[in-house]
Amino acid sequence: MKAVKVKTIKREKLNFWERTYLVPIFQGMGVTLKHLLSNLFRANQMQTVSYPDQKKTMPTGYRGKHRLTQRDDGTVKCVACMMCATVCPADCIHIEADEHDDPTIEKFPQKFEIDLLRCVYCGYCVEACPCDAIRMDSGIYAIFATRREDFIINKEGLLNVKPQFPDDARPKQGMPPIAGETDLPLAPPSQQPPSERGSTPLQMYDPATGQTHTT
Amino acid sequence: MNDVFDVLIVLTKVLVFILFPLSMVPLLVWLERKVSALIQDRPGPNRAAIGFVRLGGLVHLFADTIKMLSKEQIIPRNVHLFHYLAAPVLMAATSLLVLPIVPFADVVYLPGGREISMQAFNLDAGVLWYFAITSLMVYGVVLAGWASNNKYALLGGVRSSAQLISYELPLGLSVIGLIMVFGTVHLNEMVVQQGELLFGFLPRWGIFIQPLAAIIFIVCAFAETNRAPFDLAEGESELVAGFHTEYSGMLFGTFFMAEYVAMVVASAMIATLFFGGWQIPYMSTQTLITHAESLSYVALLGTTVFLLALAAWAWRFYGRNPSRFGDLRDKEPLLYVVVLALGAFGALALMGALYLFGFNAAWGGPLFAASVQVGAFVTKIMLICLMFIWVRWTLPRFRYDQLMFLGWKSLLPLALANIFITGIMIFLTGGLAS
Repeated sequence: MKAVKVKTIKREKLNFWERTYLVPIFQGMGVTLKHLLSNLFRANQMQTVSYPDQKKTMPTGYRGKHRLTQRDDGTVKCVACMMCATVCPADCIHIEADEHDDPTIEKFPQKFEIDLLRCVYCGYCVEACPCDAIRMDSGIYAIFATRREDFIINKEGLLNVKPQFPDDARPKQGMPPIAGETDLPLAPPSQQPPSERGSTPLQMYDPATGQTHTT
Repeated sequence: MNDVFDVLIVLTKVLVFILFPLSMVPLLVWLERKVSALIQDRPGPNRAAIGFVRLGGLVHLFADTIKMLSKEQIIPRNVHLFHYLAAPVLMAATSLLVLPIVPFADVVYLPGGREISMQAFNLDAGVLWYFAITSLMVYGVVLAGWASNNKYALLGGVRSSAQLISYELPLGLSVIGLIMVFGTVHLNEMVVQQGELLFGFLPRWGIFIQPLAAIIFIVCAFAETNRAPFDLAEGESELVAGFHTEYSGMLFGTFFMAEYVAMVVASAMIATLFFGGWQIPYMSTQTLITHAESLSYVALLGTTVFLLALAAWAWRFYGRNPSRFGDLRDKEPLLYVVVLALGAFGALALMGALYLFGFNAAWGGPLFAASVQVGAFVTKIMLICLMFIWVRWTLPRFRYDQLMFLGWKSLLPLALANIFITGIMIFLTGGLAS
């Protein structure tokens, strides 16, 4: 039996001025005053984003609202293999398959519904999909409706969601970057969607590139 | 005729001394929200607008007030109804009772031998009235905590009573040194004495002749107003909201108001006792009265320049951000430019009127002196209120044992030592009066 190791952490001895509380209090007040004044006179350097007026671009790999991808002819890529519905831990995907006219494709979803209130945004469906038909790269995080039924998004709705970076060539958009794969082409800042209203330049940190850029 | 005039003056004074702290409340709420936001690197309230006018978040005050007044008052079933309703009233009433004794300017001598003291309540007991009334404030807290029939509220009330009793002692003792030096408890006489100079260059303010007492008094005033870092009575991390957990709507609003009125009162007392009250350094009342004419020109010119500078700043702000929002809100600075320029023009017009119609020295002198002193005093109150807010958003809350340690083992002995040292100094030097 080994004796239990006890690590003694010595309390720091406070000196006289620290024990009066007053000097540390004034130091703390100095810190807050510095913030107050710099924010008062240089308001546009403030880190806070004025949300509805300015919107942040989400980093690549951010799992937002789902979308269904399309073939070049505009038909849905999904082949209704039910992989995503099977892997979904929240059981929020409902697919009804139908026979496709093209015998090489076999099936297509007649109905494809995602209950966004049940979804836990784990991204398993994106990972499970064998033909890159479902992605979560829309960058949409504000999902709102006034009725529960409106949160169930159907096939047409999913097809209408646009990707945040249309030029991203990565095969599995919406997944976190894999090590060594980070040098894949990313959309240049100029092509990124501008914030809805307002043109205040906003410094944004992009974890994929490790650089800040201005939207 | 003269009696009617006297009654009118008294009524005006009573009205002003009740309305002044009440009108400071929304202003301080705005200041608190804005300062806390800036300290935490946020822009703070800026969304509420009348049309496109946002006034830097001031419009939120109207929204807040309407919300408070129109909210449902939920009274829980098992409260002691009479005491439950009496508690906020008691808090608000006691907090309003202190300010009337505070002098806002020197006694005004009008032509015709009339003498108006700028206190609503010219009480010889002075400082003692402040102690008497602020110690009543704790009853509101305790009553609210007990009558709510809620364990969190009760704990908050109990904490608060223990805290206030502990801090009342050093608060009272710290002022004794000041009373020994000035030889009076009457507030206006104290302020008059602070107008003289110490060593020929330093204004003889309380903070310079009694620095230790000033520190103790300010710390205890924070505790008496139940504000951070002494707001254990409402420690939201452990007591939900403390003594006002069960209050909603305007009943809660009354507590909220009382807290800010208490802050104004504490600031007024700190300013009166330690920062020279209505005194402007190096300018006695007599100087102000004799040079009233030239000084009023200087003041009006200063106002004009200040307003024009603000207008120029707003103009430049508009020039730099012509389309920040893409709607009418962008034009808001232009409105301020117009208003500020009009204000500057008004000040200039007043100067012209003064030049054309001449300055009535008999009436103008005392009135000018009084208004300048009121301005100085209100400025001091605002600055000390700002300090209250600044401290609240800097310091974390004390732990309860630290609070008691500070009160009984540090501040109380220091206050006693201060009395002792003051006594020795007065014995050795013969006091300030000689």
